[in-house]
Amino acid sequence: MENYPALIVVAPFITGLLAGLFVWIEKRLSYPIVLTGLFVSALSAIQVLIRVIGSGPIQYKLGGWSPPIGIEYRIDLLNAMVLCLVSGVAFLNLIASYKSALKEIGDRASSYFTVYNLFITGLLGVTITGDLFNLYVLIEITSLTSYAQVAMGDRDRGPLASLNYIFIGVIGASFYLLGVGYLYMYTGSLNMADVAVLIKGSQGSSTVLTAFILCILGIWIKMALFPFHVWLPNAYTYSPVIFSRVVAPLMTKVMVYIMIRLMITVFGYDYIFNTLHLSEAVVWLATIAVLAGGVMALAQKNLKKMLTYIIVSEIGYMVGGAWMGNQLGMTGAILHIFNDALMTFALFLAVGNMVYRIEKVDITDLKGLFGKMPWTMGGFVLAAFSIIGVPPTCGFFSKWYLILGALEKGAYHFAAALIVSSLICAVLFFKVFEICFFESGSHGHEHSSHGPAVIEEAPVSMLVISGLVSLSLIVAGCYSGTIVNTIILPFLK
Amino acid sequence: MSDVLSLIIAKYNYWLYVILMMIGLYGMIAKNNLIKKVVGMNIFQTAIILFYVSIGYKTNASIPIITTADTAHGVVVRAADYINPLTSCLMLTAIVVSVATFGYAMALAVRIYQRYQTLEEDELRMRLSEE
Amino acid sequence: METIISIKPLLAVLVSLLVIPVLVSSSDKPNVRESWTFIAGIIKFLIVLSMLPAVLSQKQIVLTLFKIAPGADIAFRVDALGMLFALVASSLYIITSMYSIGYMRGLNEHGQTRFVSFFALAISATIGAAFSANLLTLYLFYEVLSLATYPLVTHHQDENSRISGRKYLVFILGTSIGLVLPAMIYCYHATGTLEFASGGIFSGQLSKPAATVLLLMFVFGFAKAGIMPVHSWLPAAMVAPTPVSALLHAVAVVKVGAFSIVRVITGIFGVDFLLSFHLGSLVAAIASITIIVSSCIALTQDEFKRRLAYSTIGQLSYIILGVALLSPKGMTGGMLHIAMHAFGKITLFFCAGAIFVATGKKYISQMVGIGKRMPLTMIAFLIGSMSIIGLPPTGGFISKWYLVLGTLEGDQMIMLFVLLSSSLLNAAYFMPIFYKAFFCTKEESMFEDKIEEAPMMCVIPLLITALISFGLFFFPQPFLDLAKLAVKGFIGG
Repeated sequence: MENYPALIVVAPFITGLLAGLFVWIEKRLSYPIVLTGLFVSALSAIQVLIRVIGSGPIQYKLGGWSPPIGIEYRIDLLNAMVLCLVSGVAFLNLIASYKSALKEIGDRASSYFTVYNLFITGLLGVTITGDLFNLYVLIEITSLTSYAQVAMGDRDRGPLASLNYIFIGVIGASFYLLGVGYLYMYTGSLNMADVAVLIKGSQGSSTVLTAFILCILGIWIKMALFPFHVWLPNAYTYSPVIFSRVVAPLMTKVMVYIMIRLMITVFGYDYIFNTLHLSEAVVWLATIAVLAGGVMALAQKNLKKMLTYIIVSEIGYMVGGAWMGNQLGMTGAILHIFNDALMTFALFLAVGNMVYRIEKVDITDLKGLFGKMPWTMGGFVLAAFSIIGVPPTCGFFSKWYLILGALEKGAYHFAAALIVSSLICAVLFFKVFEICFFESGSHGHEHSSHGPAVIEEAPVSMLVISGLVSLSLIVAGCYSGTIVNTIILPFLK
Repeated sequence: MSDVLSLIIAKYNYWLYVILMMIGLYGMIAKNNLIKKVVGMNIFQTAIILFYVSIGYKTNASIPIITTADTAHGVVVRAADYINPLTSCLMLTAIVVSVATFGYAMALAVRIYQRYQTLEEDELRMRLSEE
Repeated sequence: METIISIKPLLAVLVSLLVIPVLVSSSDKPNVRESWTFIAGIIKFLIVLSMLPAVLSQKQIVLTLFKIAPGADIAFRVDALGMLFALVASSLYIITSMYSIGYMRGLNEHGQTRFVSFFALAISATIGAAFSANLLTLYLFYEVLSLATYPLVTHHQDENSRISGRKYLVFILGTSIGLVLPAMIYCYHATGTLEFASGGIFSGQLSKPAATVLLLMFVFGFAKAGIMPVHSWLPAAMVAPTPVSALLHAVAVVKVGAFSIVRVITGIFGVDFLLSFHLGSLVAAIASITIIVSSCIALTQDEFKRRLAYSTIGQLSYIILGVALLSPKGMTGGMLHIAMHAFGKITLFFCAGAIFVATGKKYISQMVGIGKRMPLTMIAFLIGSMSIIGLPPTGGFISKWYLVLGTLEGDQMIMLFVLLSSSLLNAAYFMPIFYKAFFCTKEESMFEDKIEEAPMMCVIPLLITALISFGLFFFPQPFLDLAKLAVKGFIGG
């Protein structure tokens, strides 16, 4: 089928709207409809990935208009991978979080699914599009829907967290929009590939420079790179489980993808690293982000919030790798997009299971959890090891490439920061494990790790997905060589 | 001095939008009242719309509507006679986005007010830390 | 050298991994669970044994599992040194399983399923480390072993084990992430490979200062080897149930540390490289200090297991000292000591556990006259301690003999002195225990004059290991041949 690329985006969009309609007709149908949409989307994304691996990038002209006038989808290996990631995570999460959504959002859940699918549509669109302004609109769709979803969580803190998220989100998106304006002024085009051709050779232009700075700054704000991260922890902590499970792995990663896309496809390696010489400064910034995220995570009492600061730290990994200016660093950054999405997903799935049972997840509330929720904790432990970077989980291998990249460039501070961050994460997670393992909640030792405690485990649908994703961390780790060789290296060629 | 002045005058639209942006940014960051922040946000977005529309403008050009009569007489359509329609079109989308954001932010503010009876951020923060 | 591609090394690793789900599912039927443990242990041992003839006929068995990056795959390679270690670990695992049944049931411990499962995981990781073909794989299994051992060390889940567990993690995980990981990545960065090669992987990329730093990072980074000052986790880890102390903290875990250092010295740096920079004597010096100091500390310890722990620290450094001598005889002695010490020390730990199960006594000062009560145990203790001291007719004599020859060969009189004085110290801290157990007046004796041994499941294993220790004096062939073959590969090969 020729229309797979369109289907990726259109399927969740249509089904999302349809589900919205069905809220008035037959509420119970909206969930299966949404699920089908995401399933179709995920399948098409996999189709597309296979095609791109087989026969190179796909250009898809929306509505038959050819670029630069029409909007085109341009799918190469990088965004084919991200597409699979986004649609896959969204689909799995919808299965895993159905019960928790019913519990948290209640009777509004059926209309919530519409927002959920629109959010995913936005993310998919952002990933697939080859048009700069289209990108802005889709970022805003993603943002608007995520503002709404944040506010659906914690009744007390959700709205304020959402409002602060809006303020920063608007600033970020507007900066990006301004940058696009300058690019349009200079080139008269909005198509990425077209713009890239038109600005080639205009290294000295201050318009291009302004555009570049504004775009990158806007994206950095959106991805919550360290000094711009303030909105992220509250927004992710107080949102409902179903949303935090999908936004934590995907949102920042998709923004990192956009950054890499802008760097490679639009402005070009040569411009950034040979004309502007920004690499050094940004790698330092990333170093600080990695460390600051870790240190701030140490200070948190709430498990969910602690994890959000780890995300802030992980963003530093990817930004640092991407700006290293060598192939190894970029390989590490791209691999980490994939790995980090998976492991954050696994972490939040496990945390979601905990929230389902114990509501508040302050670290001190987790006493004796190894006995009560052994399977959930098993998933959590695996995900945590991946974040720490224990082989053979996938977190180790992206860290491996990132450190190699740093060594090649001589950025020893970044390499050191990655190591220190691993240690900090080890401290963080073992602090949690200790409480779960040693402090046995209300009652004494269980005489076996099973027995009556199984009753408290989360529902099977949540457990199965959580377990599978956690196991996939090991699989992804073992096959990271394959991912690098079939997707990342050919892309970077 | 006159150089600077002429620079400012020649590109006054840029300065205008930068000033507007700064006002908006100031409102969003420095103001304590949530409604004022939302208004600041709106100003900020409007500044960008202004910027876009102004870059599409050309002196002595008319609105970009090509009448059939012109083409019928074989008159050559010159791009310089018409202002660039694309930027304005783009801004239609941006306006939609900004209105949606604005409306949503206001709704949130209402909810916050219903819950806490205040819109001052420092008071909200105090209330939240008490709980 | 001839190589055979075979799936056997993988099977040897996987057997005890695959049996874990079975163990968990039969948690309420202890007898079934235990028999599965045995079956897996025996199969594992047989698989390891089946590879022995090939290794003895100077063939290598290789298997590449996953390709990660050029020169750094996840791959197995069975050579003489790995075979030696795997033989020791897998044979002792069976005996320890038996012992732990007696011990855990004798004390009616909680969480026995968890215990046997993590034990199986730990032994898998140990075999994996033994068969690693490169540093990356070795590091992988090293980390898995660290993490799998944590729940075993902290098995009692009380405050005491929490503190010990923390210490364990800080030293083991802290050093492996903080020192080994950067050193390993640096090696890869410098040479593009991590494959263990008989001549080392460096060919002129390293200056002497860099090589020194790198070597020290490895030596201290593999903290499981207990080189001072990164040794103090080992005494702390003695809070674990005795089977853990016996198999893991006398054989598997600590020897993986020593084994890793041996691998790095022989396979990464290479004997010639270290000789040319005179770095062997640096490591030897560090090891000698550890030997003397830990033996002195052992003298002062009253808690039986802690004394054994300090003795282990000293004995581990024998292995490292022997290899760091870089002379054929010394290296043979060092490698042989992996086996000889294992059988001797595990006997001693079994004795300590048996005494604890039978009488509840932990301190040496409470064991006056215990020989009358538990004669078999104490005779086994005598044999074990003779082996550790290095007296004939026990296996320990042979490895020590080679070590002494090694010092003479290398003309290292100081090291010879270290070895001899340490033997005296060993005798000084072991012999009084035995003496007081049997030769005391009626008034001094703390036990009634009635023979009452620990459960059969405890006594039989310790008799077996004592007998093996004894027998190894007369038939050291499998281990001696393997050690000689390994040395031939590293030096003459």
